[in-house]
Amino acid sequence: MRLVLALCLALLALPAQAVQPDEVLDDPVLEARARALSKEIRCLVCRNESIDESNADLARDLRILVRERLVAGDSDAQVLTFLVDRYGEYVLLRPRFTAGNAALWLAAPALLLLGGGVAVVFVRRRARIAASPGAGGPDRPLSPDEQARLDALLKDGGGR
Amino acid sequence: MNAEFGHLAVILAFMVAIVQMAVPLTGALKGWQNWMAVAVPAALLQAALIALSFASLTWAFVTSDFSVALVANNSHSAKPMIYKISGTWGNHEGSLLLWVLILTLFGAAVALWGRALPGRLKALVLSVQASIAVAFLAFLLFTSNPFERLAVPPLDGNDLNPLLQDPGLAFHPPFLYLGYVGLSMAFSFAIAALIDGRVDPAWARWVRPWTLAAWLFLTIGIGIGSWWAYYELGWGGWWFWDPVENASFMPWLFATALLHSAIVVEKRNTLKSWTILLAILAFSFSLIGTFIVRSGVITSVHAFANDPTRGMFILLILAVFIGGALTLYAFRANALRSDSVFSLVSRESALVMNNLLLVVAALVVFVGTVWPLVAEMATGRKLSVGPPFFNLSFTPFMVALAMMLPLGAILPWKRARPGRAMRPLWGPLALSVALGALVWSLQTGGRMLGPVGAVLATWVLLGALADLGQRARVGKAGAGEVLRRLGSLPRADWGKAVAHGGMGVMIFAISAITAWQQEDIRVVQPGERFAFAGYELTLERVERVEGPNYSSDMAFIALDRDGRRIATLTPEKRFYPVQRFPTTEAGIDLGVTRDVYVVIGEQQPDGGWVVRSFVKPFANWLWAAVAFMALGGVLSLTDRRYRLGAAVRPAARAVPAE
Repeated sequence: MRLVLALCLALLALPAQAVQPDEVLDDPVLEARARALSKEIRCLVCRNESIDESNADLARDLRILVRERLVAGDSDAQVLTFLVDRYGEYVLLRPRFTAGNAALWLAAPALLLLGGGVAVVFVRRRARIAASPGAGGPDRPLSPDEQARLDALLKDGGGR
Repeated sequence: MNAEFGHLAVILAFMVAIVQMAVPLTGALKGWQNWMAVAVPAALLQAALIALSFASLTWAFVTSDFSVALVANNSHSAKPMIYKISGTWGNHEGSLLLWVLILTLFGAAVALWGRALPGRLKALVLSVQASIAVAFLAFLLFTSNPFERLAVPPLDGNDLNPLLQDPGLAFHPPFLYLGYVGLSMAFSFAIAALIDGRVDPAWARWVRPWTLAAWLFLTIGIGIGSWWAYYELGWGGWWFWDPVENASFMPWLFATALLHSAIVVEKRNTLKSWTILLAILAFSFSLIGTFIVRSGVITSVHAFANDPTRGMFILLILAVFIGGALTLYAFRANALRSDSVFSLVSRESALVMNNLLLVVAALVVFVGTVWPLVAEMATGRKLSVGPPFFNLSFTPFMVALAMMLPLGAILPWKRARPGRAMRPLWGPLALSVALGALVWSLQTGGRMLGPVGAVLATWVLLGALADLGQRARVGKAGAGEVLRRLGSLPRADWGKAVAHGGMGVMIFAISAITAWQQEDIRVVQPGERFAFAGYELTLERVERVEGPNYSSDMAFIALDRDGRRIATLTPEKRFYPVQRFPTTEAGIDLGVTRDVYVVIGEQQPDGGWVVRSFVKPFANWLWAAVAFMALGGVLSLTDRRYRLGAAVRPAARAVPAE
């Protein structure tokens, strides 16, 4: 399955490495923020790689850009907004919660509620049958059909 | 001539598959014994023909027969032999042939060892199997012929992508395919049961080993792929939520759910129609996975549009099998009444919860994977869904699963009292909370991931032990009695405990490596020494080394701790001239509690080299966890009840009504 991933990496990987020593900021707090932000930003020419992982030249440019904005005093949100204005929402690896993406973000809770509802109804129905005597519960008398089968089994001399 | 024989064998197998699809089905519907009997020899013949054609393709690769287009495009005479062989399936056409080979081998296995299987069920199962083979063989013959010849053979081949020239990736696809195709067996049994109109514990007993085997192979295959990414891609990542990874992960999640719900059918004769639906969904997601990877649709809608034949063909296969199966299910599922009952707190309810969490988690992965495609087709917006989304929306399901696992696994069937069931678990709960507090107080920095991971992992791990302990009456019986009981526990119980323990180890490894990884990037001159995370590293020298089909810059980096030499790491930067492609080979010092992971980058103008060093805490525990899960699968698979009399279909229900 990784064949395709590998093939695409092959097409796109350039002889450079992810974060380079010359990019690293002197301020460790800013650098940590830059690294965290980099994991949220897509390398636009890559296949599903963040700029933090990517070897592509464009990723390097974006990493430097992110650091420049942080040094200039931008908040994390401002940096992301700046990038989205420039490159579109394609650049975000975590889509924003907007009307257009509501279905994506609500999928997990909605499916869980739906599935949970079905499961609860199912289990409770089973439990109710179990609790009520006379309908499938262990104490229910045998139906005539079952009685006939039981008689047949007993006549067999206790099975094989 | 060799390639033509291979091609001819595929064509013959295609025709045999058509016969195997139609004749036994007709026989089963009409009740004609001799028509049903066609299934067995047809399945064997089909497998033999595909094996022959696969062998001839492998032979073309081994002998570097560049007149075959596939070999010329994907191989090279200087390539090491193992990669010539693995190159057979390191491409689209060859991997499809491997897919079909595994499919037919599984069919043959049913034909050979399914003697005890009721004749009608066997005929139906083999007929459904053959219909899958017909679809994929048609795909192979009409769009992806691996035996195409070149009019003018080149002097040498284009070589295999260097990233794939690696022992990990040589065996990654076959294992995944064994898993995908193994799920086709569960699918065939499900369809046969729907046609047949009956599902009983004997049916579940036949399906479960196949599901277990498929799950086992998927687990190993995903594990190998993750391990390969860890050491080969150069930054020690092991999971990327890439669409092609998700393509293998979704079937795994469904297989895990199916595994558990089939237990309920086998032991309690209920959850039947749900289990059938899960079996259909599990294989459907294998097909979807194949579609995602083979059509390139997720990479870009446009890649799909450029070569729509293959994509449309797989889409057609998807529509026919998934649509057909679900339609059949809609009409027939009502015939499968479940008659046993259970209360709100019971093992059955716990397994329903397990299924709910696993299936919803898988569907969330699915939504995230296809969302960019859906959004682009619906509104033309281009957007990305990457690891930050999946980590956020997938993790809660696994946390919930881990929280309920130990209790659910220990609850008795049918009706349980929570207070009583919790009794053996108070100890593990207290211990795991204590350990979490300890981890929290020891760690610097405020991330909760480490402590929370430690609590959950210990809870799951000790819960698995407590389960075994309870079965062996630890604390109630003498030591000799406990040992005797442990020794005589069914292997399935050991398998359950080991696999669940593996899940605990996995949780710990993932939290530890994510929370506590350390990283360092710097330019180092040859001979220079630097300190990192309590180690001293010395870049001794960088040498030019020639491999069979590549040249490499190999660095020798000495790893010391407290003045003692631990290891000399040799990270490499390779260049494959035929494909004009560079790769990195990490230098890793494996350890029980941490890996020291070093890669080298570019040489700088001043003669220094970029060196990236990582300490990856408990990285090996990840692979150990995969191994534990796989071992659990093997133990369950070799349980006595699957080796003996699995096919006895009792006339009356096997489960007593109490």
